[in-house]
Amino acid sequence: MNRNIKDKIVESLTGISVLLIIFIIVSILAVTIVGGWPNLNWTFLSEFPKDGMTKGGIFPAIVGTALMTIIMAIAAVPFGVITAIYLAEYASEKSVIAKTIRFAVKTLAVVPSIIFGLFGLGFFIGFIGKNIDGIFNGGELKWGQPNILWASLTMALLTLPVVIVSVEEAIRTIPKDLREASLALGATKWQTIKKVVIPGSVSGILTGTILAVSRGAGEVAPILFTGAAYFLSDLPHSLSDQFMSLGYHIYIMSTQSSNVDATLPIQFATTLVLLLLTFSLNGIAVTLRYRIRKRAR
Amino acid sequence: MLYMNDIKVKVNDLTLHYGTNPALKNINMEIPEKMVTALIGPSGCGKTTFLRTLNRMNDLIDNIKIEGEIIIDGLNIYEKDIDVVNLRKKIGMIFQKSNPFAKSVYDNVAFGPRINGISQRNKLDEIVEYSLKQAAIWDEVKGRLHNSALSLSGGQQQRLCIARTLAVNPEIILMDEPASALDPISTAKIEELIHELKQQYTIIIVTHNMQQAARTSDFTAFFYLGELIEFNKTEVMFSNPAKKQTEDYITGRFG
Repeated sequence: MNRNIKDKIVESLTGISVLLIIFIIVSILAVTIVGGWPNLNWTFLSEFPKDGMTKGGIFPAIVGTALMTIIMAIAAVPFGVITAIYLAEYASEKSVIAKTIRFAVKTLAVVPSIIFGLFGLGFFIGFIGKNIDGIFNGGELKWGQPNILWASLTMALLTLPVVIVSVEEAIRTIPKDLREASLALGATKWQTIKKVVIPGSVSGILTGTILAVSRGAGEVAPILFTGAAYFLSDLPHSLSDQFMSLGYHIYIMSTQSSNVDATLPIQFATTLVLLLLTFSLNGIAVTLRYRIRKRAR
Repeated sequence: MLYMNDIKVKVNDLTLHYGTNPALKNINMEIPEKMVTALIGPSGCGKTTFLRTLNRMNDLIDNIKIEGEIIIDGLNIYEKDIDVVNLRKKIGMIFQKSNPFAKSVYDNVAFGPRINGISQRNKLDEIVEYSLKQAAIWDEVKGRLHNSALSLSGGQQQRLCIARTLAVNPEIILMDEPASALDPISTAKIEELIHELKQQYTIIIVTHNMQQAARTSDFTAFFYLGELIEFNKTEVMFSNPAKKQTEDYITGRFG
């Protein structure tokens, strides 16, 4: 075949692929906005669902998602930062421990999210919660059932790799010069990490946190058995309460509702809220990450 | 004896390998107290590696093997029970590229005292002012102590790094081509400063610049391919070197 023709074919194929991707993204956005925008107003954001979710708003789902991601971040961020510091500062590249941790982090990142849900159910609720009840509550059921704490911790496990990878990347962009300056002044390794490395990695820690929050806000499977509720007439008041979440709300409206057609406008509007939330969080994270990479060069 | 001053650093049979490559071969040297010793030689000759053995900065590199002794004030710093952190407080280091922290001028200088547990404001103020004055930069920065150190010029940043080192009250100051990235005026200021500082400190400086070595140092050591070829008073080295290689290098015939 003529080389020029081959060239043209390849060029057309790559072009078509790009167009296809753009078409998919635009379609999702267009369908969501057209369906959701007319129903999006202050009442929708500030009211509880009414009449079997065919009317009213999504206020408890917004609050629930926010609370869950906050608790998740409180659990995942310090843990992730500490792991990243270990990998970047203490572990030798060739050590078995470092390789094992890296393998574990990579594996954790590709485990299907429903597996995290099952793990949370078995570990947090079935094991830890049950034992807390057995030891401290005389067997009375309180922690051995789904709640916002167990759901948040399960989600924290899912988002941990995101935090670790972002923070480690940021730590590695801190110039060797600065570490050496600190050590040459007689700082210990820990003082150097505390006063030079961590302050210099703040934007990386922030990026990791935002990416984790945006991932956690959208996931449904991990909280399916561990704490998300179909409908609650009140907001969660303690860590042992269940909660409503945006992603789960969409799922139940579209599959569990007695009148799916009647909930359709609300489904669209809820989806739009969730998309706006995750897109804007990702936007912030991408901007921060861009600034870190610029510093690295 | 070669010098009037006491010996501050005594190097005995120092050999250093990166993996299997020898980078320093059997170095023996006696560095006098409160004088400036210049280390010269072509790139890759081992002078910076040697400098970094003196505060054990090479410890940070994997796969390095060091044999021999470096005795500072009667103690071999490669002894097993040596506290490297304390050693580095006693031996300050100025790097080739100025490396202030992304903190204020004040916080840069106060970094060392603070990690040593000094937290009283007036005590820190005193140390910061004294160190900046010693580094001949006080007049330029006194009005903006709380501005970012990164807003200073390159030459000012290097003198700030010197002030930061002085704040820890070291006895020896190692300088790794401290002026190589600076303009002639800033370089002159650094050289003037070195001259002032040797009243109080033992200074060991790596330089590529022959005139700088001749101007600033009392003693000069010429390194070539990991060996110490010649070590003598600077005036002797530059006027009447004992070895042919030294003469060739100093007169610019190679290197």
